[in-house]
Amino acid sequence: MSDAQTVDRQQPRMGDWASADSRRRLRRRYAADRRLQAYGIIAIGLAVGLLGVLVTSLVITGAPAFLQTKVDLEIYVDPAKVDAQDPAKGNFRLLVREAMTPYIPTDATDKEKTEVTKILTSDAAYILRDYVVAHPDTIGKRITLPIAVSDPFDQLNKGVIPKKVEALTWSQELYFERLKNRDVVVEEGGRTSLKLDVYIDPAKVEMGPPPSGDFAALARDSLQAYLPDVHDTALFALLADDVPDAIKLRVEADPSLIGKTVQVVFPVAQPVAELAKGETPMVLNPRFSPVQIQAFEAMEEKGIVRTPFNWDLFFNADSRFPERAGLAGAITGSFYALLVCFLLSFPIGISAAIYLEEFAPKNRLTDLIEVNINNLAAVPSVVFGLLGLAVFLGFFGLPRSAPLVGGMVLSLMTLPTIIIATRAALKAVPPSIREAALGIGASKHQVVLHHVLPLAMPGILTGTIIGMAQALGETAPLLLIGMNAFIPSVESMGVLEPATALPTQIYSWADSPERGFVSRTSAAILVLLAFLVVMNMVAVALRHMFERKW
Amino acid sequence: MIGYILLAIVALSAVGYYLGRRRALVSVDGRQHELHSRPNYHGAYVAAWVGIPSLLLVLAWLALQGPVINQLLLWSLPLGTTDGLEQGQIDLLLSEIRSVAAGNIFGEPSLVVQEAAERYQRWQAIAAYAMVVVALSVALIGLYLTSRRISPEFRARHGAERVLTGLMIACSLIAILTTLGIVLSLLIEALRFFERVSPLEFFFGLNWEPQIPIREGQVTAGGAFGAVPVFAGTLLIALIAMTVAVPVGLYSAIYLTEYAHPKVRATVKPIMELLAGIPTVVYGFFAVLTVAPALRNFGEMIGVPIAPNSAFAAGAVMGIMIIPFVSSFSDDAIAAVPQTMRDGSYAMGATKGETITKVLLPAALPGIMGGILLAVSRAIGETMIVVMAAGIIATLTLNPFEPVTTVTVQIVTLLIGDTEFDNPKTLAAFALGLVLFVVTLALNVLALHIVRKYRERYE
Amino acid sequence: MEANVEARPVIKIEAPAVRQDEGALPAEQHELKMAARDVNLWYGEKQALFDVSLDIFARQVTALIGPSGCGKSTFIRCLNRMNDVIEGCRMKGDIALDGEDVYAPQVDPVQLRARVGMVFQKPNPFPKSIYENVAYGPRIHGLAHSKAELDEIVLKSLIRAGLYEEVKDRLNEPGTGLSGGQQQRLCIARAISVDPEVLLMDEPCSALDPIATARIEALMEELKETFCIVIVTHSMQQAARVSQRTAFFHLGKLVEVDETTKMFTNPSETRTQDYITGRFG
Repeated sequence: MSDAQTVDRQQPRMGDWASADSRRRLRRRYAADRRLQAYGIIAIGLAVGLLGVLVTSLVITGAPAFLQTKVDLEIYVDPAKVDAQDPAKGNFRLLVREAMTPYIPTDATDKEKTEVTKILTSDAAYILRDYVVAHPDTIGKRITLPIAVSDPFDQLNKGVIPKKVEALTWSQELYFERLKNRDVVVEEGGRTSLKLDVYIDPAKVEMGPPPSGDFAALARDSLQAYLPDVHDTALFALLADDVPDAIKLRVEADPSLIGKTVQVVFPVAQPVAELAKGETPMVLNPRFSPVQIQAFEAMEEKGIVRTPFNWDLFFNADSRFPERAGLAGAITGSFYALLVCFLLSFPIGISAAIYLEEFAPKNRLTDLIEVNINNLAAVPSVVFGLLGLAVFLGFFGLPRSAPLVGGMVLSLMTLPTIIIATRAALKAVPPSIREAALGIGASKHQVVLHHVLPLAMPGILTGTIIGMAQALGETAPLLLIGMNAFIPSVESMGVLEPATALPTQIYSWADSPERGFVSRTSAAILVLLAFLVVMNMVAVALRHMFERKW
Repeated sequence: MIGYILLAIVALSAVGYYLGRRRALVSVDGRQHELHSRPNYHGAYVAAWVGIPSLLLVLAWLALQGPVINQLLLWSLPLGTTDGLEQGQIDLLLSEIRSVAAGNIFGEPSLVVQEAAERYQRWQAIAAYAMVVVALSVALIGLYLTSRRISPEFRARHGAERVLTGLMIACSLIAILTTLGIVLSLLIEALRFFERVSPLEFFFGLNWEPQIPIREGQVTAGGAFGAVPVFAGTLLIALIAMTVAVPVGLYSAIYLTEYAHPKVRATVKPIMELLAGIPTVVYGFFAVLTVAPALRNFGEMIGVPIAPNSAFAAGAVMGIMIIPFVSSFSDDAIAAVPQTMRDGSYAMGATKGETITKVLLPAALPGIMGGILLAVSRAIGETMIVVMAAGIIATLTLNPFEPVTTVTVQIVTLLIGDTEFDNPKTLAAFALGLVLFVVTLALNVLALHIVRKYRERYE
Repeated sequence: MEANVEARPVIKIEAPAVRQDEGALPAEQHELKMAARDVNLWYGEKQALFDVSLDIFARQVTALIGPSGCGKSTFIRCLNRMNDVIEGCRMKGDIALDGEDVYAPQVDPVQLRARVGMVFQKPNPFPKSIYENVAYGPRIHGLAHSKAELDEIVLKSLIRAGLYEEVKDRLNEPGTGLSGGQQQRLCIARAISVDPEVLLMDEPCSALDPIATARIEALMEELKETFCIVIVTHSMQQAARVSQRTAFFHLGKLVEVDETTKMFTNPSETRTQDYITGRFG
């Protein structure tokens, strides 16, 4: 050993820290360190950024739903059509239609008149009916009633969808560009036209006279021949409607052309002509008819189109029409379900926690209970839905879709949360307080009920509120027990009646095809998130208020 | 009706409380100190014995009345009526009788049904009255028996406390009952499913087409129940979710525990945890509203066709949801590595990065693995995101840009709107639920075991 | 960081006068290795060290003694800048290694710690194999260019730490499976694997039984031929047994420093006297 040491002392030190090699190495090591740090920042940025994207996209799509376009419609409640004795039976549809007359062009057809009334929500007649039934004195008078417009016009008014859209698709513009490069685009007689070689196929044309046949097909074939790689019927939309006539005229004039290839000048469709002039061709959005737009513009001119805050979103129940759909039913259903959930899980959770924390002997049964509680907290929520379906609905025969069942299922899910929170709160009460109470002769039950539980209550309440917030957002179990019923009226709701809840309402709306429901869904989510934020803030405030330093 | 009974029981309890309290006071002529227990305990003791047994009786009655009356109805039907009928048809018959009894008559019910409906109505009424009588007499008997026991020496406090303890134990047992309920209901329905569809087909079949319409009288017909494509889809989406969540969660945990200034940590951590507090239905809508269209546009740009309900969109959004799980578990695991490990590494001249990657991460690995397993279990059991953003058709594919379906999607689509328990389509949902429950439970137990082992190592 | 490592400024620290009286160590022992001048240190608002100036010589063991909380551990953590990683820790004053300022901006703490190694109070082997524990330093500093070289370094370090014979058959087993004394020697092997110039030992035996302590003390006796050793200890007997120089810390101040024999027989300060004779501490 001592030999080795003497050798060591003679040797130079291993690391030559000043060498260029060592400096390079150090640089690399620090670069790796910075890289790791950068990955961390990127990861956090990604997570926080995604949260931001989520919230932003919800706010952007949801914000318009908090406003609703309405028309202050002046309606004459004609006593001839509404019986003052039985106003509910009146012909309100006709009244609404009459009220729309000032905005309908005088020469409009019946079909167009019907189209104009479709500017208003389909529920317009019911809105009027409800109003007149509530105010029978208005019969025979002229009233001004704000009536929601139907979804497309709501979106139009809010600028979500445009009045006019581009007439040509991007690919159609490209096809025209390619035709231009082939030098077939000409100006003739003031119209932009295509000068194309057409083969007058004898198989497709009858000699006549007069010659007949599928001239449109001939035109299409010839156009296709110029762009053989395009397989898109949108290509043929470039041609004007009178194209077949151009060929027909030529063939009529000279029947000997059949079987030959001739050059024909085809006028292009109107939008293509505009494109050729360097303009962007626009057409009316196909969701609106010209007469509807005319009527709507007339209403706007008269100043009766308003966009007030959409109280209906909060006070209406669900509806098939997005402009009338609201969250009142969902909020009521969620309230009932949470009430049941609270009434069950709060006392049961606290009792169970007190027993396990304060009284339970350490044995296999209590071990089993603890294992069960921990595992229940991690069981997928959809499994609780299956449990509710099989046991509460199937075995006990409780009513389907009822908030009672929803609340029971949710309480099973929140129980572990409440039990765990309560036990933590009980544990946080210092033993000195128990000892003091026991010392003056209180029984164990008295100690817990009179001293420990009140001190632990803020913690318990915090945990309970957080559990309730989780329950409020649960969707899958409610879907399985059918708590996504269509509830068009709040009045009939009860703990045992079919109901819907906020998250299931969100799910139903998200599934609806109407465009207006996209915005409503986002708005409903914002409402749900607002509830969650408030609940969590209350929980945090509670924790702060009663924070105690023992 | 039930409301009034409950109210009556509560009122009787209150009377019992008052009586018990008074009797106790009277027994010592108002000299409270001569009582063993304070008068309130006497009252509570009586009230408990009045209210609890009758309440339990009412609940049990309500739970059992339906099945019992159904059975009686079946027995009372003329001989031969139910011969050769499937369980589903019997249920149908019973529900017809019930709806006739409730006054909802569709078409012309047969004489047998009409008679049965009358019997049903009569029995219902009898049962309701019987319940009232029995419940109230139980309450009164309780009142009589307990109030007789009251005397100055009676240890009412002990009695009341025993009742309270009993109630608390009952509440604790609910956790076990819930688990039992889950296991039994899944198992029973799944067994009924496996009577119709062989387990071999279910676990190894490659064809999943349960949505074949099943009409009355065709109960056993139809459908293909090979669940392999469903399992594969679940795993694919979970895998995509984990590839998003693990790196993001792990790297952010590393940054937050080791690099970030405490103030940054205090702000960023709660923000990250917000991700876990957002309801999953919101994520589902986010996937449909924003992520899927963005992905599709991106796919169009680079020339890859991406389905609007691709596995990737659903998995990626699920990954976002799971980030906080992975990050908080990793955070805990890394923070639990003793400071002496860090000191040892720094003293060797290691940089922070080397300390993290070469010492802290290997040391924290079990804890991190436990967290990841829990996250996987979460991803497999997650429902709403996939219900909204993934497919319904079961395709066996590994291409993340195609739609796949998952176990939870199938459970929900099979059960929405249809609760007749008697076709394989509905029962299949329970078989899938059983698989889901067993797998997530196994993952959880394993994860908790690993985490606990890991904690012991540093404590 | 990559700024010229060669051009370190040399701070002038005068070597103290070496005592020539009877019983003093031979002059060649007094090669100045590290020097601290007027070191003040704060943890947040709280000052932990007050104007500490101390010389540490090569090829000998310097022991730092004093009651707990007197700042001796804090001080040796200044010597390899381990305090840098503690949030809110500030230092003023100069510390030099071979005359170069350790806290100069261009000095890299990572390289410094390779030159000034450290062994801690509680054995802290990494949760890796014995081999990997020792190979950790050479690996991160890139001292070995081949597997064979690395094997040789690990082997040599384990031999020098006196652990090789006990673990040679289980180099791939986890280091955490060893006994406390073996773990501490593994930590010493790990520390010397990068061939540091100074070895700081922060109460290395306080968690060990007497037999393991004796082995470590014997090891220090051998190691001091190669390394400059600074040991913090709360045991005066240990200081007397292993060190050549002893410094006595009290309440963050360096009370007295002298040759060990002198300290324990005839200290000049009454506080030292009181501490050594067990009147406080």
